[in-house]
Formats: sequence, C-alpha cells, structure tokens
Amino acid sequence: MTDLHTQPADFTPLIRTVGIDGMLISFGERLNEPANRAALALRAELGRLTWDGIEEVSTSLVSTYIRFDPLHLEHRTLRDKLEGLLASKDWYAAPLPENRRLWRIPAVFGSELAPQLEQAASAAGLSPEDAIAQLAAARVRVQTIGFAPGQPYLGELPEAWDIPRQSQLTNRIPEGALAVAIRQMVLFSVATPTGWMHVGQTAVQLFQPQSANPFVLRPGDEVAFTPATAEEITNLRADPMGGAKAEVLK
Amino acid sequence: MTRSLKVLRIGPGCTVQDAGRPGWLEYGVSRGGAADRLALAEGAALLAQSHTLAALEMVGMGGEFEATEDLRIALTGAPMKASIDGSAIAWNASHVLPAGARLSIGAALRGTYGYLHVGGGLVVPEQLGARSVHLSAGIGAACQSGDTLPVGEDGQFQTGLGLKVANRFEGGQVRMVASLQTHLFAENDRARFEQTQFRRGTRGNRMGVPLDSDGAAFSPDGGRTVLSEVISPGDIQITGDGTPYLLLAECQTTGGYPRIGTVIPCDLPLLAQAPAGAPLRFQFVTLEAALEAEEKARSHQSGLRTACKPLIRDPHTIADLLSYQLISGAIAGEEDVL
Repeated sequence: MTDLHTQPADFTPLIRTVGIDGMLISFGERLNEPANRAALALRAELGRLTWDGIEEVSTSLVSTYIRFDPLHLEHRTLRDKLEGLLASKDWYAAPLPENRRLWRIPAVFGSELAPQLEQAASAAGLSPEDAIAQLAAARVRVQTIGFAPGQPYLGELPEAWDIPRQSQLTNRIPEGALAVAIRQMVLFSVATPTGWMHVGQTAVQLFQPQSANPFVLRPGDEVAFTPATAEEITNLRADPMGGAKAEVLK
Repeated sequence: MTRSLKVLRIGPGCTVQDAGRPGWLEYGVSRGGAADRLALAEGAALLAQSHTLAALEMVGMGGEFEATEDLRIALTGAPMKASIDGSAIAWNASHVLPAGARLSIGAALRGTYGYLHVGGGLVVPEQLGARSVHLSAGIGAACQSGDTLPVGEDGQFQTGLGLKVANRFEGGQVRMVASLQTHLFAENDRARFEQTQFRRGTRGNRMGVPLDSDGAAFSPDGGRTVLSEVISPGDIQITGDGTPYLLLAECQTTGGYPRIGTVIPCDLPLLAQAPAGAPLRFQFVTLEAALEAEEKARSHQSGLRTACKPLIRDPHTIADLLSYQLISGAIAGEEDVL
C-alpha cells in the first residue's frame, strides 16, 4: 500500500480524448501528491496561455481537462501544442499556482453533530483524542472540486487515515459535514448519501449561488480546521461563511 | 405592468433553460442548459433572435399561460397539443400570443421536452452568468403555477413561420466515439453493446437516463478501481449493477464509474427526447466521422433561419385539404406545416 501515494518514476503524462471536444492530460493512474500538483500547475499555465479555441479548463485529482471547439482548433494541433508544453518542464516539480489561500474553518470533531469520529478513529487505529489531534493539526489542500457545487476533496491526511469507505452508505450526511476515507477529507456542500465517515461538522456554506463570490474554495487552496464546540458551530450557522477566514499564501 | 408571461398552471419539472453555463466545471457545476439544444436553436430561428436567449423547457406536458402584453412565441421540441383561446396552433411554428389570451399546452404526443420560446427571451435573473435553472446544483427552481416570468424587449413583429423538423422524438440509432475508458471493456462487450437493442429507462431526468435491455450486464475489466474523472454529457457510464446510464446536460462534473463511450453532441437531442421505453441503438464511429457529423449539424443549425417558411398556404396546393378542420380555422397542431 505504500506506493499508493507516491508517483511511479516512469509515468509519462498521458493525453487522451474525451468525447469529440475534450482532451485529458493524466499525470498518474492513482491519486498522489506530485500528480495532483502537476495537474494544478498545468491548469494554471493553460489559464495564462489562453489558446484560441479552448473553451474551458478544469482539473480532477491527477489530471487536467480541456474542452475545446474541435472545428476551430484541430485535435492534431492541440495535441502537438500540449506535447510541446508537457515537454517544456518537469510538471511534477512545478510550483503550485499563485494566489492560493489558507482557510481556517471552525469545526467540531465528534459530538452528536459528527457521530462517526470514534468509528473512524478506531479504523485508523487511533484513540479518539489522538484522532482529533491529528485532524485538527492537518493542513490539507483542495485537490479537486467535484460531485457537487463547490465541494472539495482535501488531502492528504497522515498514513493512518488510509481507511476504506463504508460499504454501507450513510443515508444523509448534512451540508458542512467533514468526512474521511482513503487519506482524504470531503467537506460536503450539500446533504447527500455517502460512504465517507462523518468525523466533523462545520457551519460553512461552500456554495452560495446568490453571492458575488458563489464558491468559497478554489482548487489548490489549503484548509485547516480549528476545533470548536458543538454549541459554537450551531451559533456560527447564522453566518454563511460559518466563521471561515482566509489569508493569501505567499 | 412589466412585460411578462404568467404561468397559470404548469406540469412538474418545467424549467427556464438557455444554452447553459460554461466555465464552472472546476467548481463542480456542469454546463447544464436545454436538454435538447437543437430545439433551442429552432425556436431562436423561428423568432429570428439569438440562440442564447432563454426559453421554457416543458417535461412531458405543458401548462396554461397568459401574456401581459402581446408577445411573439414559438413552440419547438417534443410536439404537444397547443391552442390559443381554444384555437389549435401549429407546433414548430411562431405565433402571436395576444395580451390576456390563454395559451394552453397539453401532454407530449411524442418525445419528452417541449419548448415555449418568447420574443425577447425569458429574462429571469442571471446566476453564474446564465439564466438556466440547474436543479441538481440548486441554481434556480422548477416553474410553479402562479409564477410570473419576465420577458425581454423584442423589436420584431414577424410570426406565422413554420419549420419542418426531422422526427427525433421516438428513439432510434445514435453514434458514439470511444472515450477515456472504452479500452477497459473487452472487444466482444463493445460489440455486444452495439448489437443490443436498448430501451430508454423510466427514471430519466435532466441529469441522465438509464438504458434498459434484456441481455447480460456489461462490466469492465478492473473497472471498480477507476479514478474519479471528468464527465461530459453523452458519456455512457456502466453503473455498479452493469446497467448503462447515459449522462445528459445536467450531469455531475466527475464520476468514478467506467464509461464505455461518448455519444456525439449532435445525436444528444434524440437521446434526450426519447420517451420512456423508446428503442435506442448505439454505433461506434471514428473521431473523423464524428467531427464530420458535428460540422454538418452546425451548418444545419446555421441554416435554420432560412429554412423557416410562412405557415399560411394556398388552399389549392393542399392535397389533403378536407382532412383539416376548417370551421375554426384550426389544424390539430401536429401536422407538417409546409
């Protein structure tokens, strides 16, 4: 299991088509830190380059996606340009995008608001106290946003947290819930069924469609969860940001 | 009173839709927009206005509407029985809806999504750069009886145009290209997929539709370990129990189920429109053939405006004149208009 989170040295970025109007550049076959950084760095570079014919760029865990107009920008041309760009530097060693932010988000670990803390701690082989200490000390990065609007996959957690998702789904995990599995956390932007274990609860609304800034988090941002009591979290619900504060990372 | 369309009564799940909301994929919001993009373009052509204007998408049935001032309207997509103050009006056509008159739109005769367009477009407030409702993302909401939909300014007056539209409302054959994970499926499974006669499942919505069949389930080699990856509309994912599920305009942005292929954009209107139970077949084509089809579809779309012809015909040229109900000057609303 130890090779799950390191990049095999011989992996070459892979370019594949997605439908007729998409191209995907994959930096790995599994989630790993260098591949995630490479995908974020390439996405940032494509944002700077603004190639004619490209309509949208996004990242998932270890890849960068480009949607383009194939009648305006030919597949062959785009592929050639991408191959040139990929060969121009070591993307695995590329610095993370600029203007990233560090978010501090109040969260209660355990309590009636987050009923699976003890179950998850036991799966990780930790006492509840040690589990809380590790989660509160972790500084994780938004590896990707997906599944629901504004909903981040955060990683990576210490090795002890390489625990599986539950095969039995939780019927409904609430908005603002913080859940763990496979060395990642998901901070839920909507209430939904899930196999992830509910270890913390925040009051942040990650998607605010009416707001001028509808999405709180961006891919690449870093997040730390500040311990709070259940009562404090309940009181913070009056604020759509749930007490979350950001500083720009230098 | 401001220029608007009053919704007196409406079926469930009807939403304001436009060409969608690109640019938010990396924040977890898919483009969305009209399930049948061609119907959106046809309505824009009939009203000689921009195809980016918003219209009302009606699912399976329409409703009753009233305009606060004279409006130009057009009806496209799944044909539905329509009338103004009791007089039937043609589908795939533009009309005047006089202020205070009652527009009634009934159940779909074929297909799933019907569209009511208005001159000037529906100008509900933009959210994230578009007016389209995105139900699964929680952007906007389905239309309710009693709603009042604001309508944009319209400097034009021409109505009474009709458009001849190929039948894309009863299922059929569509083309797909190999995609990211097609290679995870054994060659004979891919061949079997092409040979299988599917039926559009009953639980479909704007996010996607299940594809039912009587044959064995489809399963990829090692598909359970696929990393969650970007989804594009038209993707056919094979879910846990082996049922293929076709993703439409309002799909999620990423997914972990392996995908056997991607239906090409110009064939998506037929899939979106296929009513529950309609027969569907899939055929792999090369990327080159798919791009050629896309080019053809775009040139068809850009020619829609000139393809619109006046509805009124010289009675001497109507061979089946006696089949029309002439007393109220009405036709049943589903006949070809040319």
